[in-house]
Amino acid sequence: MKIGVVTFPGTLDDRDAARAVTASGGQAIALWHNEADLKGVDAVILPGGFSYGDYLRCGAISRFSPVMEPIIAAALGGMPLLGICNGFQILAEAHLIPGALTRNHELHFLCRDQKLTIENIDTAWTSSFIKGQEILIPLKNGEGAYMCDDETLAMLEGEGRIIARYVGENPNGSRNLIAGITNERGNIVGLMPHPEHAIDSLTGPSADGLGFFTSVLKSLVSGSAK
Amino acid sequence: MAKIVVDVMLKPEILDPQGKAVAAALPRLGFTFAQDVRQGKRFEIEVAGDPTPAQLAEVEKAAEVLLSNPVIENFTVRVEK
Repeated sequence: MKIGVVTFPGTLDDRDAARAVTASGGQAIALWHNEADLKGVDAVILPGGFSYGDYLRCGAISRFSPVMEPIIAAALGGMPLLGICNGFQILAEAHLIPGALTRNHELHFLCRDQKLTIENIDTAWTSSFIKGQEILIPLKNGEGAYMCDDETLAMLEGEGRIIARYVGENPNGSRNLIAGITNERGNIVGLMPHPEHAIDSLTGPSADGLGFFTSVLKSLVSGSAK
Repeated sequence: MAKIVVDVMLKPEILDPQGKAVAAALPRLGFTFAQDVRQGKRFEIEVAGDPTPAQLAEVEKAAEVLLSNPVIENFTVRVEK
């Protein structure tokens, strides 16, 4: 299975995302921001970093990159799409998921290992987990506070669309401790912490992050993501 | 040449940590007037001649699509001579 990993100017985590895809048994395909070509991939990852220097708003300029047009069309058609950190911000700017990511409530850039609970295992990116499973993966962001209006929050809670929540003290001011959400269909997931940095104990705090990548391969093989 | 100014502000209900940091810094310098501070963005767009209503409508559209994120921000458009 081919998983595309997009590189925008200022992307940092494309290599780790590709490494995570390979480690989980998939084939990582590099996609370039300036080419509207998905190279036949079965799923796409928008990795973390500081695309376009976070100018204007995080993800606001990348969202209009040529590669985003076919990605948005395919994702609306059911292709699995994972946005990590800056990728999550791009998904929000593209309105593929509701809400927005804003400045951490304490203003500090965070970089630490963070415990999460996985709350929804019915998405293309979380099916390898057990509901309620606690995982430990790195969190590193300056603008990671998930914001939305009360109506949207009630909808996300009611429909079980919060896929992961921070455990313990709220690290960045996200509403209801939201670390990640999914769209209605469950093929698009936005996640603020970084599973691609936690795929083995040599280079990360755990191997818990692998689950996101094995999940999508599993859903592609079973055909549930189509 | 005229200048079209677009001001973008976080919606009142969205927490503004930058504004809060500024509000906390002011009294440390002896400025005690501020009850609250909100920080926003200002875009100055230069156009040739007086902007036409069609041009202003285009700027409104650009403000909605790119310059602001309507999920969290409001904007105003005005012409400065």
